[in-house]
Amino acid sequence: MSATAQQAEQTAIDPALYETILELIRRTSAILPDDVVRAVTAAEASEEKGSNAEVALNIIGCNIGLAKEKSAPLCQDTGTILFYIHTPVGYDQLTLEEAATEAVREATRKGYLRQNSVDSLTGKNSGDNTGPGSPVFHFHQWRKPHVEIKVMLKGGGCENMNAQYSLPHPQLGGRDLAGVENAILDCVLQAQGQGCGPGILGVCIGGDRGSGYAVAKEQLLRLLDEPSEDPVLAELENRVVAKANQSGIGPMGFGGKTTLLACKIGKANRLPASFFVSIAYMCWAYRRRGVEIDAASGRAAAWLY
Amino acid sequence: MANYKLTTPLDEATVRSLNVGDTVSITGRLYTGRDAMHHRIHSGTKPPVDLAGQIIYHCGPVMVKDGDRWVCNAAGPTTSSREEPYQWEVMRDYGIRGVIGKGGMGPKTLEGCAKYGAVYMHAIGGAAQVCAQWIKRVDGVDWMDLGSPEAIWHLWVEDFMVIVTMDAHGKSLHKDVFESSREKLLALKA
Repeated sequence: MSATAQQAEQTAIDPALYETILELIRRTSAILPDDVVRAVTAAEASEEKGSNAEVALNIIGCNIGLAKEKSAPLCQDTGTILFYIHTPVGYDQLTLEEAATEAVREATRKGYLRQNSVDSLTGKNSGDNTGPGSPVFHFHQWRKPHVEIKVMLKGGGCENMNAQYSLPHPQLGGRDLAGVENAILDCVLQAQGQGCGPGILGVCIGGDRGSGYAVAKEQLLRLLDEPSEDPVLAELENRVVAKANQSGIGPMGFGGKTTLLACKIGKANRLPASFFVSIAYMCWAYRRRGVEIDAASGRAAAWLY
Repeated sequence: MANYKLTTPLDEATVRSLNVGDTVSITGRLYTGRDAMHHRIHSGTKPPVDLAGQIIYHCGPVMVKDGDRWVCNAAGPTTSSREEPYQWEVMRDYGIRGVIGKGGMGPKTLEGCAKYGAVYMHAIGGAAQVCAQWIKRVDGVDWMDLGSPEAIWHLWVEDFMVIVTMDAHGKSLHKDVFESSREKLLALKA
């Protein structure tokens, strides 16, 4: 048992669970998932030789390799730490939350995560990524016997490019698929290179202003080559990517062919009076990983992505 | 588009000879500075280092202490547009010749570049490990009370590669790409 696990045990935290989550955070911060690496590699091959777009994607490719090799953060902005957790019925979620919070503290000490949690009134950095609202936990129960934890690190640069539209909109259109499509592409236009493109969009049609963004972010848990099960949404996803990639914004906004790597669209019911389109812009440093955990032992049973 | 190797501090003539699209490899000092640092300077506090001829790097690095030495674990650029209200003043008052960041900046900065002789250079956003590899030493830190990501880190870099995207001739790649992409997307509107 490592020194940190012993320390965790003394503070009544399940040491196996703690070690599993710490490893999950390390992997998420340092190792880009295979589906994203494949998309970045394909994008580099499609850009004009010698263009600034190609240079940018080449450096991004080198960066992906270096981070993995050094087990160091892909991007210095390790972002909002978002946990999406499923637990069996009757499982103690509070113990899990404590173990995950302690793992976040240790991951910050080890430099897998930057000190990224700031008091919104005083500006004081808590120094360990914990505090009101950080990290973010989304707990769900399910009827399976194991625990599943997915974690996403979403940097501030791309988070600042998220947008929410209320339809009808005077320039973008009405409460139909055309209005939705125009709203999504307006978000891409406004973001330019500021969200560290080529980007990946998570979109929610409907919901309220809060749940719309939550569902939009959840779309980012899908694999890049996994289209929506709804054929209408799947077609819209493809159309958005095709049009965005004709915009010429390109990687980093340098100009070029790859503005988006993917667009993932979900939906939620809305009020008759409301029609929101919520868009979560994710940077190319699309850090999401997951683990299936044996509920009894707290050990990893399978790594996801 | 040309390739240049430059050493800091930069002089005005060199900076004015650069054009949008040029690739520049920088060797020498970079000072990090982002939101809280710019706000403090704007509020009237003098910077703790001489910025004449220097480059400000919009970056909040991951720093880890190894004994009494700081080691840079990750150090890519942060979004520059947040410094748009302040950057031109730092050019005017303290003589910086370059800014490195990502995402580009707006009209005030572009005007500042032309008026005071400075350029905006774009690093590759998210490429924190490649950038950290170009950082050979951390020579000091000021204003640590702002928190580690907001402090002024004194970095020593070798062949730190950036692309000029706003020059001292009034040209901005960001403005041009915005305009052309707006027209293209308008033509594709559903």
